[in-house]
Amino acid sequence: MNISFTKHTLANGLDVLVHEDHACPIVAVNLWYHVGSKNERPGHTGFAHLFEHLMFEGSQHHDRGYFQPLQGAGATLNGSTNADRTNYWEVVPSGALDLALWMESDRMGYLLPAVTEAKFANQRDVVMNERRQNYENRPYGLAPMALLAALFPPDHPYHWTTIGEIADLKAVQLDEVHAFFRRYYHPANASIALAGDIDREQALALVERYFGEIDAGDRVEPVGASASLTHDVRLRFEDRVELPRLYLAWLSPAMFAEGDAELDLATDLLANGKTSRLYRRLVFDERLATDVSASQNSREITGYVQITATAAPGHALAELERAIFEEIARLTADGPTDEEIDRGRIQTETQFMFRLQTVGGFGGKSDQLNAYNVFLKDPAYFGRDLARYQVVTKSSLQEVAGRYLDPARRVTLSIVPHDRTALAAPDSDPAVVS
Amino acid sequence: MSAIRTVKIDRTRLPEPGPTRPFPFPSIEKSTLPNGLRIWTVTHTQVPLVAFTLLLRRGASSDPVGMDGLAAVTADMLDEGSGERSAIEMHEALARLGAQFDTDIGSDATVASVSVLSRFAERALALLSDIVARPAIRESDFARVRQLRLHRLTQLRDMPGAVADRAFLQLLYGAHPYGHSPIGSETSLAAMHVDDVRAFHVRAIRPSAATLIAVGDCDHAGIARLAAETFADWTGPGDAEVTAGGSLPHAARLNVVPRPHAPQSELRIGQVAVGRDSPDYHALVVANTILGGQFVSRINLNLREDKGLTYGARSAFDFRRLSGPFILQASVQTTGTARAIEESIGEIAGIRGPHPVTAEELELGIAALTRGYARSFETGEQIGRAAMQLALYDLPDDYYEQFVPRIERVTSDDVSRVMQCHLDPARLTTLVVGDFDVVREELGRLGLGEPVVLSPDAF
Repeated sequence: MNISFTKHTLANGLDVLVHEDHACPIVAVNLWYHVGSKNERPGHTGFAHLFEHLMFEGSQHHDRGYFQPLQGAGATLNGSTNADRTNYWEVVPSGALDLALWMESDRMGYLLPAVTEAKFANQRDVVMNERRQNYENRPYGLAPMALLAALFPPDHPYHWTTIGEIADLKAVQLDEVHAFFRRYYHPANASIALAGDIDREQALALVERYFGEIDAGDRVEPVGASASLTHDVRLRFEDRVELPRLYLAWLSPAMFAEGDAELDLATDLLANGKTSRLYRRLVFDERLATDVSASQNSREITGYVQITATAAPGHALAELERAIFEEIARLTADGPTDEEIDRGRIQTETQFMFRLQTVGGFGGKSDQLNAYNVFLKDPAYFGRDLARYQVVTKSSLQEVAGRYLDPARRVTLSIVPHDRTALAAPDSDPAVVS
Repeated sequence: MSAIRTVKIDRTRLPEPGPTRPFPFPSIEKSTLPNGLRIWTVTHTQVPLVAFTLLLRRGASSDPVGMDGLAAVTADMLDEGSGERSAIEMHEALARLGAQFDTDIGSDATVASVSVLSRFAERALALLSDIVARPAIRESDFARVRQLRLHRLTQLRDMPGAVADRAFLQLLYGAHPYGHSPIGSETSLAAMHVDDVRAFHVRAIRPSAATLIAVGDCDHAGIARLAAETFADWTGPGDAEVTAGGSLPHAARLNVVPRPHAPQSELRIGQVAVGRDSPDYHALVVANTILGGQFVSRINLNLREDKGLTYGARSAFDFRRLSGPFILQASVQTTGTARAIEESIGEIAGIRGPHPVTAEELELGIAALTRGYARSFETGEQIGRAAMQLALYDLPDDYYEQFVPRIERVTSDDVSRVMQCHLDPARLTTLVVGDFDVVREELGRLGLGEPVVLSPDAF
C-alpha cells in the first residue's frame, strides 16, 4: 500500500511532489508552509492564523478576493493553520490547474503590495468572531487554552493555542505582517503537492514556470523547546456548562517518534468506540459518564495524550478520575489482549485505505505527501507509517503506556458549572484562562 | 526545465480555465428482493473498499404525536445487539472487521451505513442485516440509550447553535411533522417505553421502505445474492409515508432566546419554503448559491468580508419530501446583531427584485455549481450518498446526467421569479439567541415589532 509520486526540488528550494490519479477529472493543489503558531512569541500569539486569513484577500497582480475566480472555475479551496504548519489547497477541474498555480504563486511571490490597513482590520474582526464562535461562546471551549498552558511552560511554543490570545490579536500591527511574510513565506520553507488528473512531466513544468521566478528566501531554523511535568497539576475552571467534564493530559512522544504509534493504539483501546475499555466501564456498565474519548496528539516538537470524559448528572469528576486511573493501571500492569491488538491492526489498515480515497482537501493524498515531506523529508513514508502500527506488540504497547501515562506527572483539568466547584476533581486550583 | 524558466509569466491577467472533461455519473445496477428491499450497486474499484448504505424512508417526521424522538431512539437501538449477541458483542464484531459503522437520522430518513475493506464485505453485510432487520431491542439497553439521550438534551442547552436550531424549527413548523428536532424533548423521551420502539421498528423499519446501496469493489450479482440470504426473513408491510400535517403557525417576526453575557448572537432568519419535488429546484439552487450558498455569496461578502461581523454567514433551502425551510444562519458579534439582521433581510429582499442578480453573478454561480461537479463523486461514500438522494426523493436515473445542463439553463429572470415565489420578507421569521439586555434596544428599532421572548428552558 503506497502513494506513487515523483519528487523534484526547484533551484529556489521549493519541493514539488506529483501523484497521478486519473479516476476523476480533477487536480488537487496543496501547498504547505512550514510555519505555525509554534513560530510565534509570547505577546504575539494568534498571528500565523490571522496571516493565513490575509492570504485569501488578494495579492499584487490579483488584488481582490481569492475565492471568486477559483470558485468560478469550479474549484473548492481552503486553508488551515495549526501549531506546526500552514496549508492552502484547491481542488480544481483539470483544465483550471494553471489558474490555481498562478494564484498560489502570486501570493507566495507578491503578497505584500496588496495587504492594506483596511483588509487587515477587517480580517482581524473576522478572526475575533471566529474565536468567539469556536471558543468563547462554546461550552468547554476554553479548555484547550487551560490545558496547553498547564502542559507547557510560558516560553514553550505549544503554551498557547493557534487562535491566540485576545489581547495579542487586539495589539497586532500591520508591519508585523511584512516581517512574518518575509521570514516564512518563500520557496525554501514550502512544499507543493499536485495530485490527480495530470501528467507528471507537465505538472512539474507548470510548477517550475509559475514558482521558479520566486526568490528562495532564507532557511527557517527548526524551533526547539523542551517541556516536562514534575507532578500532577490540578486545575479547575467554572464555565457555562450543565455537566462537568474531566480532562487528563500527559506529555508524550513527537509525531512519528518511538512510542507514538503505541500511544495511538493505546488511546484507541482505552476510549475510542463502544468496545473500548473506558466506554464499557464508564458509560455502559457504571454509567458514571455520558461520553469518553482519548487521543495521542502528535506534534513536531513533542506530543500530548489527552483523555476527556463528561460526568453523567449526579456524578462528580472524582469518581471518573478514580475509574479512569484504575483502567490505566490495569492496562499498564497486564497489557492489552490479543483481540485488542488484532482489532487495532485491522482498524489501522482500514483507516490507511480510507486515506487513499481522495486526491485533495484536508487529509487527501496531496496533503499526506506534503505532511511526510515537510515533517520527515520523506514523501514515500506512507507504507512505513502503516508498518509502525503493524509491528506494535502487546508488550511494546504495555511498556509505552506505562512509561507515559504516569499518574504522578500529568495535568488534571476539571470544567464545572458555575458555583459547583464541589464537582471538580479534588485539590484543584482555579485556572486563569483568557 | 531551464528552457521553460525563461518564459515569463503573464501576470496582467488570470489564466482562462480550459474545457472541463465530461464525467458521467457511474451507472447503478438495480434489482428488488421478494420482500421489497431494493438492491442498488455501483462498481467503483479505486481502492479495495465497499461502502454499504441502507436507506429507510422513515425519519423523525414519522414520530407519533407526543412521542418526539422515537424514530431517533429506534435508530439508536439498532446496533444494541441482535439475537444472542449483546450490544458490546455487536460492536466487537464490527471492530474485528475494522468496520466504520454509523446511523444517521433526518426528518425524512433513517440511514445505517458500514464501510469496510472489500475482503470483509460479506461479513459486514451480514452484520448490517442483523442490525437493521433483527435488532434485539432489550429493555435494559433501551433504558441506557434513553438516559444518554436525556443527558445529551441537557448538554444541548449549553450550545447556542443547537438551541437556535431547535427553537427555530418549532417557530416555523409548530405541530407539523417537521416542527421538532429528531432528538425529541425531555417530556417525550420520559414518556417513551421500550414497546414503543419495538412497534416503531415493526411499522417503519421495513423492506418496503428500504434501499440497500453498495458502492465499491463489488458486483451486483454477488451483493444481491448475499442480501437475498441475509435479509430473507425481513418482511411485513409497514405503514405509509407521512403527508403534510395541519396548518403552520404564525410566529412573530422577531423572537429572542436570552443568553446573558453571550459574546455572540446566534441568528436564524427564514420561513417554510419548498419541497424537493419542486420544478423550481434548479433555479432555487442557483439563486441560493448567489445569495448565501458559497463563500462569495452576497450575504457572506456583506457580513464577513465587508463588515467583519461574523466568521461566516450562509443560507440554504433545505429541500425535503414535504415543504422544507429556507434558513439563513450566522453567529454574529453581540454589538452587531441588529445590523446583521437588517443587512440579511435586505439581501433576501434585494435578490427578489430591487437588486436582481447580475450577469457576472449568474455566470459565477452556475460555473461554481457545474464546473467542479466531478469532485462530488470521488469516493465510494460520496457515490453512495448521491445514489441515496435518488432513492429518497424518487429522482430519475439520469438525474445527475441532467443536473449540469439544467443548471446551465437557469436565467436571471428565473432567479427573480423563484425568489419572489418562494421567499417573502414580510413572512420571514427571525430568531436571536443572545444577550437580550444588550441587544434589546437596537432590536426594537428594526421595525419587526416587539421581540417575543422565549424561555431558554424550553429548548
